[in-house]
Formats: sequence, C-alpha cells, structure tokens
Amino acid sequence: MSQPTQVDPRGLRFVAGITAVVLALVLAIPSEPVRIVLLAVQVAVFAVAAFIGLQRSPYAIAFARLVRPRIGPPAALEDSRPPRFAQVVGLTFTAVALVLLLAGATTAALVATAYALVAAVLNAAIGLCLGCELYLALRRLAPAGA
Amino acid sequence: MTGLLILLAAAVVTVVIAVLMRWKNGRFAERPADDREVLTPEQIGAPLGERATLVQFSSAFCSPCRATRTLLTDIAGRLDGVVTVEIDAEAHLDLVRELHVMRTPTVLVLDADGAVSTRASGLPRRDQVLAALDRAGASPG
Repeated sequence: MSQPTQVDPRGLRFVAGITAVVLALVLAIPSEPVRIVLLAVQVAVFAVAAFIGLQRSPYAIAFARLVRPRIGPPAALEDSRPPRFAQVVGLTFTAVALVLLLAGATTAALVATAYALVAAVLNAAIGLCLGCELYLALRRLAPAGA
Repeated sequence: MTGLLILLAAAVVTVVIAVLMRWKNGRFAERPADDREVLTPEQIGAPLGERATLVQFSSAFCSPCRATRTLLTDIAGRLDGVVTVEIDAEAHLDLVRELHVMRTPTVLVLDADGAVSTRASGLPRRDQVLAALDRAGASPG
C-alpha cells in the first residue's frame, strides 16, 4: 500500500475546535448578515481543506505557525484521508446551510449548521470523525463495483 | 432564540453520541448468535489460524483502523495459533453486506473452525480482544 499524506493529529483537533467555535457563533448570534459572513468564511475554509489540502486551510496554517512551535513535534502522524473526507462532509453541510440562509430559510439553515457543529465538536473533543463512521454505511448502499 | 435552542440541542446530541461511542467501541457480544456464520479461507483470502482468527474490516476513511491493526498484529504475534487478517471493506462489499458490517474497524473473532464467535466495531482495548479470544477457545498462554 502506498503511503498517503500524513498529518499532525493535534492540528486536526485544533482545526476542528476553531470550526466548532465559528459554527457555534453562527447559531448564537441572531444577526442575518453576521451569520452569512461567518458561514461563508467557514464554507471557504472547508473548500480549501477539502480540495487543495488540509495543511492549506487558514486554521491549519494558524496551528503550524502559532501552536506547533510551542508544543513540539507530534508523537505520531495520521493518515490524511479520513480528515480530508470529513472536510468534504463539513463543506456539504455548511454550503447547504449558507444557501438556505440566503434563501431566507433561517431555521433549516441553522439545523444544517448544527449537524456540522456536532461533527466538529466530536472531532475536537474525542477525535471522532463522524463522517468517517458513516462512510461504510453509505458505501454499502452503492452497487458493488461502483 | 431559535439559534440558541438549536445550539443547546446540538450540545445534547454531541454528548449522547460521545457516550454511545465510548460504550460501543470494542464491545464484543457476550453470547454468540444462534446462527453463526462460518467463514472459509477463500472468503477471507488467507488461511485460518489453528486456534483463532481475528478478521479486521478496514477502509480508507478510518482513523482508528491503524491503531486496531497494530493491536491485533501484536496480540496475534504473542499467541500461538492466532492469526490476524485485514480485509479492505470497499473491495469486499458483498462480504460486508453478508456479515452486516456497518462501520470500520469491525473485528470478527473466528474460532478454529472459522465460525464467527463474536464481533465488535470501533477500536477495542487489549483486554477486550483477549477476553473475546478466550471465549473463542483460544485462551492466552
């Protein structure tokens, strides 16, 4: 098996933590313009992490510049494919939330945001990748060989 | 107001999932099912262990799979007649459906005849795997 890109697991937790804070603010601040701006920022960050690379996301850059120098190198590295998949899942939920918000369906938008928030908090707090947990269950539904 | 209520609901759901996962991960069923599946070396693509076989289903998008593989390999290395086999779930979706594997990692413990003795999903602890092997008739030592 070829060696996929490896990432610092503490960086993933840090990124998930910031993501959780941003998404919690979207829910907590009852202002449409603020919500739209915060969600748009988060959608952009997810898109960079998912399509360009985990280490290119602004949160990951903040970790590499500000946090990592203070805590030293990690004990072990992690395969980047599960977290990258998680970024795609996060991107999907926040993008849907943003579209709903722009369309005026505020409650539905906030519920979609809440799904992404739950996943981000679980990732930050206990290192659980919710999207990954659901991956095989979804993959099973696809026809064999697809 | 709606936002805060949804925030609160999200917090509750998060805690529930975290607790469920902690409870579920590595929990092997105590009692084997009545209709136990029997796996052949052809199905798992490797010879069975003389006393027991640990079959791990893994996938690419799975962070605990590596730690599980490390643990199972270590255990199999220490016990005579116990081998471990890793199966790429995505490449064996028929087997995944047949055995009702829902998440990765899922670990099946096969007895000497290849019958599924017990199973668990998520990263197990060493003592959980050893206890499961014990029930499959491959007691350590």
